Amino acid sequence: MENKRTCLYDKHVALGALMQPFGGFDMPIQYSSIIDEHNAVRQHCGVFDVSHMGEVYVTGNDAEKYVNHIFTNDITKAPLGKIYYGMMCYPDGGTVDDLLVYKMEENEFFIVINAANIDKDVDWMRQNAEGFDIAIDHCSDYYGQLAVQGPDSESIMEEVLNLPCKELEFYTAKATEVNGETIIISRTGYTGEDGFEVYGSHAFINESWDKLMASGRCKPCGLGCRDTLRFEVGLPLYGDELSKDISPVMAGLSMFCKFDKPEFIGMEALLDEKTNGVKMRLRGIELMDKAIPRHGYKVLKDGKEIGEVTTGYRLISVEKSCAVALVNSDIKLGDEVEIQIRKKTFPGTVVKKKFYEKHYKK
Amino acid sequence: MAKVIENLYYSESHEFVKVEGDFGYVGITDYAQHELGNVVYVDLPDVDDEVSTGEEFGAVESVKAASDLISPVSGTVVEVNEALEDTPELINQDAFSNWLIKIQLSNKSELDSLMDAAAYTKFCNK
Repeated sequence: MENKRTCLYDKHVALGALMQPFGGFDMPIQYSSIIDEHNAVRQHCGVFDVSHMGEVYVTGNDAEKYVNHIFTNDITKAPLGKIYYGMMCYPDGGTVDDLLVYKMEENEFFIVINAANIDKDVDWMRQNAEGFDIAIDHCSDYYGQLAVQGPDSESIMEEVLNLPCKELEFYTAKATEVNGETIIISRTGYTGEDGFEVYGSHAFINESWDKLMASGRCKPCGLGCRDTLRFEVGLPLYGDELSKDISPVMAGLSMFCKFDKPEFIGMEALLDEKTNGVKMRLRGIELMDKAIPRHGYKVLKDGKEIGEVTTGYRLISVEKSCAVALVNSDIKLGDEVEIQIRKKTFPGTVVKKKFYEKHYKK
Repeated sequence: MAKVIENLYYSESHEFVKVEGDFGYVGITDYAQHELGNVVYVDLPDVDDEVSTGEEFGAVESVKAASDLISPVSGTVVEVNEALEDTPELINQDAFSNWLIKIQLSNKSELDSLMDAAAYTKFCNK
């Protein structure tokens, strides 16, 4: 099947981006260099085309009850504009996807899902909608999305895009009219820096992209640095750190599972995992050496295999080689382990999954 | 456009050999460094290791991925470019000057099966 293209595809090609398939889309991986783009986001501002992400509206009298049913986090009596991160899970606790839920109005939720999971997620939402007085409106084809990320992003949003966002708090959103069109702005991102995400029509996203490029104040950034940025601050990627076989509890994300609400799909299984423990869980590993751990490399302790790397990099913001790995749950912080890299094994220490501090504006 | 230099031997896996007497300096081509992007780590063999044509002798790693290095010739490693340990980005700056290993060639006739600059240029443009 042919890959899909975002509404900015031609602009990426014209900028000379390296295009590769991701989540069913042909996406820009890098424009100039992953390291330069990564540093631009940490130090100034970078802009990402993330139009591949999927969007779904859930509306109706039972919208809150329904979202609480399919979502691990608790949105009960949420204030307008509030955003929640969490997962959708299978009854066995495995992860369908991780997602953001925006409360836009009473009885109206805007849900953002991963590109690779769009069809699966929408099917899952529809399958589990029986008995709820709601409508599910899948609108991924309508929305384009930009992520403006980095310490300068607030002033660039205000001055280049004329989008008022100073007052917007971390993990909140608002809908705004621009030229007769309603767009959504949120103070969110996937980089560990202050930043914003903007959702609008293809025409609006193209105009905004052009303004940002013409300003010379932010760098176009590809998915290459999006992954190094999110990895450094310990954010999971569905497919690596979460999957149908990796539950939120195994991934160390139980803080986003609210066991004190009446119910949600997967609650029983996840509560059992949390109470009685899991076989495997995600841990951070910092290597002593410069060698680079990669997805799928084996993790050993005293010569015995104890798990596998889910993501690894030579970090860009600090000089370290680090991995996140799914390992036996008896492995504790501070333990000495080894990672098999080609023919050699390299020693490392088990550490927290966050290798670089987040710089959110809260 | 990637640079190709005359009087070097080239392999289909984008390594080059620069021959000086009985020795060959092996590195990756400008085309290869360009395809890789930022080089952040180079994994090289030890001095005195044997390498054989077509066999892996290490890896060069970009931010995103590891690429195996395939030896275009056989012989014994007599020197490794230690500067690359601390500054692997030298490969991005000038791939042809920053060779990876120096090999004492055990069979110089193997060079005949490698490409010259013209053939390699054509190979890259395919």
